[in-house]
Amino acid sequence: MSNKWRIRAGKLAVNFLTLGLALLWLTPVFWTLIASLRPADDPLGRGNVWFGHTLTLANYWRAWSMAPFGEYYLNTISLVLMILGVQLITVTVAAFAFTHYRFKGKKELFFFLLLQMMIPTSALLAPNFNTISKLGLFDTILAIGIPYFGSAFGTFLLRQAFLEVPRDLVDAGTIDGCSWWQLLWHIYLPPSWPTLIAFGLSSVIWHWNEFLWPLIVTNSPSSRPLTTGLVRFTQLGEIGAQWSLLTAATLLVVGPLFIIFLIFQRRFIQSFVHSGLK
Amino acid sequence: MEKETARSKIDRYLPYLLVLPTFAFVLLFTVWPTLSAFYRSFFRQRLNIAKFRIPTFIGLGNYANIFSDPHFHRVFANTLLYIIGTVPISILLGFLFAMLVNRKVRNVGLARLAFFHTTILPMVSAATVWMFFFTPGYGLFNTALVALGYDGPQNWTGSPNLALLAVMIVAIWKNAGYYMIFYLAGLQNLPTSLYEAVGLDGASWWQTIWYLTLPLLRRTTLFITTIAFIDSFRTIDDIFGLTSGGPSEASTVLLYYLWQKRFEQLDIGFSSALTVILILLLLVFTITNFRVSEKGEEDV
Repeated sequence: MSNKWRIRAGKLAVNFLTLGLALLWLTPVFWTLIASLRPADDPLGRGNVWFGHTLTLANYWRAWSMAPFGEYYLNTISLVLMILGVQLITVTVAAFAFTHYRFKGKKELFFFLLLQMMIPTSALLAPNFNTISKLGLFDTILAIGIPYFGSAFGTFLLRQAFLEVPRDLVDAGTIDGCSWWQLLWHIYLPPSWPTLIAFGLSSVIWHWNEFLWPLIVTNSPSSRPLTTGLVRFTQLGEIGAQWSLLTAATLLVVGPLFIIFLIFQRRFIQSFVHSGLK
Repeated sequence: MEKETARSKIDRYLPYLLVLPTFAFVLLFTVWPTLSAFYRSFFRQRLNIAKFRIPTFIGLGNYANIFSDPHFHRVFANTLLYIIGTVPISILLGFLFAMLVNRKVRNVGLARLAFFHTTILPMVSAATVWMFFFTPGYGLFNTALVALGYDGPQNWTGSPNLALLAVMIVAIWKNAGYYMIFYLAGLQNLPTSLYEAVGLDGASWWQTIWYLTLPLLRRTTLFITTIAFIDSFRTIDDIFGLTSGGPSEASTVLLYYLWQKRFEQLDIGFSSALTVILILLLLVFTITNFRVSEKGEEDV
């Protein structure tokens, strides 16, 4: 009997711990949200840090009008879609080649890919900047995306999934006279979608959020993504420490990504669980 | 017959063709820049000083300058501190979060969302959010600390002793949820039958975690350690928003220093040598990690 009570008390304690930590983790963003909804003439101050008298969306409109956020949005969206589109193709065919075929130099080529996982592109920003300048790509969206067009991480991940495909199935397809792309499309890919989705979503999030590389290779609103745009905005002289505007702009930049994530949350986490990431 | 040979010829080259795009991009943006940084690190070249604009061979001169540079010593110490202070704690929290949300309890999905939402947030947004959170006076961070009895300085991002700690707190808050996902994936792929057997033996909760869960998740932990380490070198976006490396280099880490040398001081030689050092550090770590995991596999 007392043992039962102990287990119950333990479970309750763990629930409270979970709740407490979850609230703690949410607080910064939640407070930011509140601050962004406070009218400009009712600023935050001591003793009045949570809710004022009214809430308003006015800060969002003002922030939006003070910098070309619309353009930044288009840039970021074209950037992530461009990278994702190219990666899905390069990663899929390379993973297929590394799974399905035996060929001379396979090991050595694999080692080259390994290098990209060990030396992240961010460490190479100085020499890569020279390459981008030489290619005449400076200040373009392509310049931000091109170093990521080949992905060792994605290739490995997908190869892992392809290796799980039963050999019998592949042999049956080969005997039936399937061409390589039929094998890929009808036999290798269908069971590997969760992995591809997990990779795709992490690619989108990663590149939506990237800051340092775009900061280096872009120099005008026509190519600048949201992240560098936001930092420029926070440094505008006329903004100073107007937290209502700064917080509104911060949330403007992440809003859609948050909404997409909320919708696909379950799927996103499930695909991670079922992918080779373990 | 003719047709057969033509087809087999294509088949012979096909794998190379399929690998070519990925290989070409890796060659152009990983292998080539590595070699070029190595080459340039032996030359003195500074774009903002007229007489040093043309590269001159100086052997190991740049490396000698780096190792005798007090700024570099400071930056290197900061980097080590940053890694030691963020990597283990974020991984531990990631594991704790995974254990907490990997239970069949009502609304546990909301907790998972709370822990994970920081991963979706760009680091620069996280920096603004925390800049606000750290505000001296009414910022919630200080308000909460004062309520707990803290009476130290409140200007976290502007204090020489606290700036790096502030950057580290943001990094931990941002990354723990990311590592949670990998642990969650690992936990959900564990065989439940093992747990039932252990449960019958009357093992305590701690014993189950220590002797069963953690050893089974060894590979996950190694994988997370590797990405956490690499990330701790490359994620410096919050420094731009929070401290700009200051005050007086108190929160400057290696990659930020490299960026300053290359893009603010336009010192090509010095920054190339720094790039080489950074690459070597990354390689030494990942290869060691790889070796350790290989060795562990043999032991099992």
